[in-house]
Amino acid sequence: MDAIWQGLIKALQLIISLDPEVLEISGRSLRISVTSTLLASLICLPLASLVHFNNFPGKRVLVNLTQTFYSIPTVAVGLFVFVLFSRAGPLGGLNLLFTPTVMVIGQMLLITPVLLGLTISALSGVDRPIIDTARSLGATGFQTTLLVLKEARFAVTAAVIMGFGRAISEVGIALIVGGNIRGFTRVITSAISLETSKGDLELAIALGIILMFAALVVNILLNMQQQR
Amino acid sequence: MRRVTYYLSGILLILSLLFGAAGCSSPSASSSPLQPKQRLRLATTTSLYDTGLWGYLEPMFEQKYGVELDIMYTGTGKALEYGRRGDVDIITVHSKTREDQFVSDGYGVKRVPFAYNYFLIVGPEDDPAGLEGLTPEEAFGKLIDTDQGSFISRGDDSGTHSKEKAIWQEIGYDYETVRNAGPWYIEAGIGMGPTLMMASEKQGYTLTDMGTYLTFKFRTDLEVVVDERVLELVPIVIEGEILLNVYSAIIVNPEKASPAKMEMANHLVDFLTSPEIQQLIGDYGTEDYGMQLFIPHAGADPEQD
Repeated sequence: MDAIWQGLIKALQLIISLDPEVLEISGRSLRISVTSTLLASLICLPLASLVHFNNFPGKRVLVNLTQTFYSIPTVAVGLFVFVLFSRAGPLGGLNLLFTPTVMVIGQMLLITPVLLGLTISALSGVDRPIIDTARSLGATGFQTTLLVLKEARFAVTAAVIMGFGRAISEVGIALIVGGNIRGFTRVITSAISLETSKGDLELAIALGIILMFAALVVNILLNMQQQR
Repeated sequence: MRRVTYYLSGILLILSLLFGAAGCSSPSASSSPLQPKQRLRLATTTSLYDTGLWGYLEPMFEQKYGVELDIMYTGTGKALEYGRRGDVDIITVHSKTREDQFVSDGYGVKRVPFAYNYFLIVGPEDDPAGLEGLTPEEAFGKLIDTDQGSFISRGDDSGTHSKEKAIWQEIGYDYETVRNAGPWYIEAGIGMGPTLMMASEKQGYTLTDMGTYLTFKFRTDLEVVVDERVLELVPIVIEGEILLNVYSAIIVNPEKASPAKMEMANHLVDFLTSPEIQQLIGDYGTEDYGMQLFIPHAGADPEQD
């Protein structure tokens, strides 16, 4: 019990004193996960609209498959990206392995199914008459899509929040393709894993608290956006 | 249609901005934007990292050569695999036979030993299997024969794990037999530090390198409660020719990795074997632990005696 208290106190000290290492790791974590969530959203929202507004054979299979990938283990994505970007692999020439960029790519792959699936569900929740009205008033397909996305913004935001949560909390990709390099690819989760294995619990606890806090801030921001 | 074009170009703009930002998010790398620093990738065995040796040497090397050293700490097996795939430029590991194999297979250019220490078998103070005073070979034989006391194996294909397998082989046991010999044999699948902590929790024996054992046994961080972390393990078997543990650096074949990094990789080897750094390696930790963690030994393999 004593160790936990000592850890908590030390953790708070590290946070309040703005420890440079803690700040640096947290900043990198946020930057990487916000980037991957934004990029994945930019791809998934239009894609989800396309899937939703068009009927094509295999649509149901696609949606089911997407939902299956909600639960893909992060280490599996990590392994896949590693094999892809390792120098001996097909994209090895890009020389991206063990960089923050490849971590962004991995996280995008990880959260794309969640974003896509949940956005499709969100769009399905919009009343048909709204779409019909818009169309009859002469809205183009693009305008209708924007309108529906706007109508479904609560559920769409929830999808983005889910995606961000999965991105910032994963550790498999960060360790396998990031390599946990100090000052370059070390993020909150991989640092927690390292510090715990070294028995350096207070830094691990401090980073855990910051991770929760970061998630809180992002959620508040997105919720404010929702209420506009 | 025009809005779609705007939308797409917007996406492209943000994409390029964000990728640029993510690509150079290292504070030290972005400090001189005109001349980006070269990065050298090193995969090292956990023992050189857990003891803090690389953390100590890294800034000196980076300053001397103006390079960013990216250190991946992992088991010897994985470090060699990174090398075979060409994902790192240089490795520092400790498993002579596998290193020789690596070089003769053409994956490594040269292997340069730079330090050594000894493995030891640690275990609970009451020594339930009565291994004290035995040779490593006898101790392992007694463990498997008497079924007294458990053994925590690294089980991760690391250099320490290779050494353990070599000892089993020495006394005529097939490793598969050992793995299935009973519940006393525990395969952890984790690094040296965590394995020591597990052995302490379970009060079992384990094979460890001297450096990691000393750093985990005597944490010198004075600011925090120390007794929570002190390992409840003591050295049990410390002598035996087979326990010699040599650390060496291997430059990965530039045809597999990156030809541009060859020169810098050579600099790292020269750095490790230079008299002043050899001196620092020898002195490392002596003040905190009262004994050497690593015995400097540049160039050739130390003689077994």
